[in-house]
Amino acid sequence: MNAPLGALDRPNSYIGRSVSRPNAKRLLAGKGRYVTDLVLPRMVHAAFLRSPYAHARIVSVDAEAARTMPGVRLIATGGDLARICQPWTGTLDHFKGMKSAPQLPLPVGKATWAGQAVVAIVADTRAQAEDAAEAVMVEFEELPPVIDIDAAREPGADRVAEELGDNICFHAKLDTGGIDGLFATAAHVVEEEFLFGRHTAVTLEPRAILADYEASEERLTVHHATQTPFQFQDLYSRHFGIPEAQVRVVAPDIGGSFGMKLHVYHEDMAVVGLSILLGRPVKFVADRIESFVSDIHARDHRVRARMAIDAAGTIIGMDVDDVTAIGAFSTYPRTSAVEGNQVIRLMGAPYRFGNYRAELSVVFQNKVQTSQYRAVGHPIAAAVTERLVDMAAARAGLDPAVMRERNLIADDAYPCESPTGYRFEALSHQECLARLKAMMDYDGLRAEQAVLRAKGIHRGIGIASFVEISNPSPAFYGIGGARISAQDGAVVKVTPSGEVRCLISVTEQGQGTETIIGQIVADQLGVAREKVRVITGDTEVTPHGGATWACRGAGIGGETALRAARALKANVLKVAAAILQARTDELDLLDGWIVDAVGQQRLSLADVARIAYFRSDTLPPGTEAQLTVAHHFAPQGYPFAFTNGIQGCHVELDAETGFVKILKHWVVEDCGRIINPLLVDEQVRGGVVQGLGAAFFEECLYDAAGQLTNGSLADYLVPMACEMPDIEIDHVETPTLDTILGAKGCGEAGTAAASAAALNAVNDAMTPFGATIAQIPMTPARLLRALGRI
Amino acid sequence: MTITASVTLTINGEDVTREIEPRETLADFLRRDMQLTGTHTGCEMGVCGACLVLVDGKATHGCLVFAVQAEGSTVETIEGLSERGIIGDIQAAFHERNALQCGFCTPGMLVTAHSMLAPPGVPTREEIRDALSGNYCRCTGYEAIVDAIEAVARQRAGEEVAA
Ligand code: FES
Ligand code: FES
Repeated sequence: MNAPLGALDRPNSYIGRSVSRPNAKRLLAGKGRYVTDLVLPRMVHAAFLRSPYAHARIVSVDAEAARTMPGVRLIATGGDLARICQPWTGTLDHFKGMKSAPQLPLPVGKATWAGQAVVAIVADTRAQAEDAAEAVMVEFEELPPVIDIDAAREPGADRVAEELGDNICFHAKLDTGGIDGLFATAAHVVEEEFLFGRHTAVTLEPRAILADYEASEERLTVHHATQTPFQFQDLYSRHFGIPEAQVRVVAPDIGGSFGMKLHVYHEDMAVVGLSILLGRPVKFVADRIESFVSDIHARDHRVRARMAIDAAGTIIGMDVDDVTAIGAFSTYPRTSAVEGNQVIRLMGAPYRFGNYRAELSVVFQNKVQTSQYRAVGHPIAAAVTERLVDMAAARAGLDPAVMRERNLIADDAYPCESPTGYRFEALSHQECLARLKAMMDYDGLRAEQAVLRAKGIHRGIGIASFVEISNPSPAFYGIGGARISAQDGAVVKVTPSGEVRCLISVTEQGQGTETIIGQIVADQLGVAREKVRVITGDTEVTPHGGATWACRGAGIGGETALRAARALKANVLKVAAAILQARTDELDLLDGWIVDAVGQQRLSLADVARIAYFRSDTLPPGTEAQLTVAHHFAPQGYPFAFTNGIQGCHVELDAETGFVKILKHWVVEDCGRIINPLLVDEQVRGGVVQGLGAAFFEECLYDAAGQLTNGSLADYLVPMACEMPDIEIDHVETPTLDTILGAKGCGEAGTAAASAAALNAVNDAMTPFGATIAQIPMTPARLLRALGRI
Repeated sequence: MTITASVTLTINGEDVTREIEPRETLADFLRRDMQLTGTHTGCEMGVCGACLVLVDGKATHGCLVFAVQAEGSTVETIEGLSERGIIGDIQAAFHERNALQCGFCTPGMLVTAHSMLAPPGVPTREEIRDALSGNYCRCTGYEAIVDAIEAVARQRAGEEVAA
């Protein structure tokens, strides 16, 4: 289904047009301003002494020698910072029974993962701070680490947090009833145990923060490499007791985030505290080794799942058990239970069946925290579902594409609800599948596969449908008591020269937020795009809003800009009507000109602005010249705008070495109305590559003592250019009717199902060997083991 | 007492002499002492390519060289390459093709692209991907970067750019 032609589809509309990003030129010239680059007068640098043990009591800290070292300004322990910072707890009220221990910037009493910051050292240079850190003596007493997810759940197991009673953070069940009976009588049941490794975001710019507390004004300014400046404004205010209006958080250029930079990190809270203690700007930039042991990790799930089908190959039910390990604490303020919750709720989402049971166990252990990273939970739900669909197809004697044709929810069946409780407004699974098959020449690839197999060349074809959550309403966090906004705000104004500024709460990390907001404002107001300047990322400048996460930039931020621009246009036309002595409904604003009913240019926007700002004496008495408009928009209607799509992956397996060459990858996705196809496609490609990284390379490996054994960029593999395929993309557009714009998110679609498609492709390639794999990353060693070669 | 050493080199066409700590890397020296923050560091161990600069015309990891080792060398950073217009066509192609998102890898990518495109001829996509393997990009998925470099190679070779 394609979007109907309407006001947004007129010729020359900026909406739907591929235009490049004005703000990218600065980055191309090396003129980016990342937090890493910033220098302030009297700025000092923080370094941290970190726990060498996964679990250890802090017996004593001796910093005497270190305090006298060159350049050292301050050495602070957990106790020092606890005096000025309120602890935080990573739970949400709507996750019933959830628990987590309170957290402080630096621990008091014990360290709970290897790499946890224990003592902060501030010096004139980072090198001096690191030198001094080596001279700080901490006596640790090792405690038994909690590592294994099954051992952690045994009664009487060692505990990560004594006060919690056990190692269970959260437990949930979904059950539509009668599952045991259904599976006992089903024609076929397929089942598998899936393992998903821990991996991490590896933004190319590591985490960075520069906090500046000015005691005379009781003012805190934090330059923070984050997606969510408003969330941090609120947190710094409440945890350090500084009035909200006195806290400014600025997020300048950010070197990648992918969800990783929206969580509270202990070092960041410590740096704010250190700046308060010192009354000077304090900067901390994690080095890559520190990033690996302190950035959030993600995934780490073991899923046991089964699927029942009838004799005709119709899916009739799913039964799922997900155990996920999240580290020592639930992350604040978004928690570490959201991923598991989304795994069990997205399971089977593209398919039409009504019987479902799931159990989720979220478990503490002595490792760094896991939390939301791009496509939260989606890759796990997609991989489990899609692999089971392929296994069921084989059992029913159906081709995987035919199996999906029979079982995907029909495009005319909406609105409908999943057995897990999600309500879908309108999705396009069948259309996407048809387009994918055509784009990848599915039948041709199958024929080629058969010919090549006879020659000992083992290619595999995998397809994977997905549903993605975007445009979340307050049902996501607000309802659980978190002060995380589901709305966004924009101020749009005409300058005295008739140019336009839009200050908006959604933020930019390179995905093109500012560009699409500029397109929307220009289009809806009726001015050239070059005349619109978009400003983001500063709590002192833009209205309060949720900013950028869960694919809400286009759908919610874009709608906010659209409505603000329409309101401003109405105001402009009112002033123009007063000047021209015309009726507003006879006038329009096109290309920077006030035009009349026959399209005649009557007055430029610049003249309207000039008169409003400088010659209001010439306006009729009582004219309201409101050339600045503030507008807030919160999603209403469906709690989430779900998107959907399907991916195809084509691989070649070398059964002797276990190496897989990814030959090509395809995506058909439906994110509703597309504002800028160029930017959407690159979001999808980047997302696919992160998903393929998870499928083949990326894993945080720990030993039995809880030590991360591959925590450097030389050891932890991220996808390189030579390993990645070309990725072909097509779109179906089913706009949401909950907004005028109709846009949904696209940033996570690529990651959501890339690993699922790859898993199916590799299993398909292994069919002649009777081998299977249900673990990612699919490393050569694991594939050789699956093939029985080692 | 911190021991310092003197270093003299040419950076973006300008002769520079500074007293620095011998342990300071070239990347840190450029970023901190010279305020040339277009050179980035993503790993500080020679893997990610964010710190690539030209040292005597050769793409070199600024994180793997001590600044004092660059004594007498000619160093060019993204700022110099940009201002002298040497890579204008590559930057334009990156811009048009949206071959960057956060931009953190971009200066290093441009240095690699500049080196790769120096010899005549049009590299294959596979050769471009191979040449980019020391440059990590976490945002783009690489394809747009490959496209942009390929487009410049064709332009320079006087071929028609495929639509
Ligand atoms: S910082 Fe030099 S290669 Fe990564
Ligand atoms: S554009 Fe962000 S790392 Fe390449």
